Amino acid sequence: MFHALADATRRDILVRTLEGEHNVSTLARRYPMSFAAVQKHVAVLEGAGLVSKQRKGREQIVSGNVETMRKANRLLAQLETVWQGRIDRIGEVLADEHNGGKNP
Amino acid sequence: MTVTTVHKDPEALTMTITAELDATVERAWQLWADPRQLERWWGPPTYPATFVDHDLAPGALVTYFMTGPDGDKSHGWWQVVAVEPPRRLEIKDGFADDSGTPNDEMPTMTMVATLTERDGGGTLMAIETLFPSLEAMEKLVSMGMEEGITAAVGQIAGILTE
Repeated sequence: MFHALADATRRDILVRTLEGEHNVSTLARRYPMSFAAVQKHVAVLEGAGLVSKQRKGREQIVSGNVETMRKANRLLAQLETVWQGRIDRIGEVLADEHNGGKNP
Repeated sequence: MTVTTVHKDPEALTMTITAELDATVERAWQLWADPRQLERWWGPPTYPATFVDHDLAPGALVTYFMTGPDGDKSHGWWQVVAVEPPRRLEIKDGFADDSGTPNDEMPTMTMVATLTERDGGGTLMAIETLFPSLEAMEKLVSMGMEEGITAAVGQIAGILTE
């Protein structure tokens, strides 16, 4: 279920739009799915703040948000630090037990 | 107790961290199921967690607070979404107000812990954390980090006064 979010199409759309602007129709032609489905993926990325959409005449232009990606990466790196600490402490809890459970 | 893999997926706002534990799956489950054990690792030493209500039953609300170096408390909660002892725990994790009541205005994250036997002994513990939006991730991680940073600053202060 969560892996649905890591959908390969979405990732591909993001990578392309980080490299430069794309309009939704040309983007849609790249994938073996309906225009509506591609639009839905774009909407999810837009909701996460990873891309922004702009209307130019009759076209919808999508561009990737580099700042947002950087921020997401930075936050995940911080989260990793939190979990590294937790896993270190779990190691200590289990090791204490092996050593006769000196700690309560 | 080695972190074996970290998979960060900024597009999907998820991170999965996997660690090898020198324990059986049943023993590793106790790290979550026994609140006194959980308290020993959930918060950093200078920001320890105290679990108040703790019952890993589907739908149950687990409440906890973390106490900072100045005695300041920040309250949090988990809601048990799904639980399959001793292998899988899925929770929603959020912030609470000072009375421990969940704050609905604050975002929540989802966390899934999966424990599996490792070939050759021990347990593989995978923790997947998922955020609903970048904004939510920013709030949750920065508030979580505040504790970590306070802890680090506390340790530095300790070193300087020695």
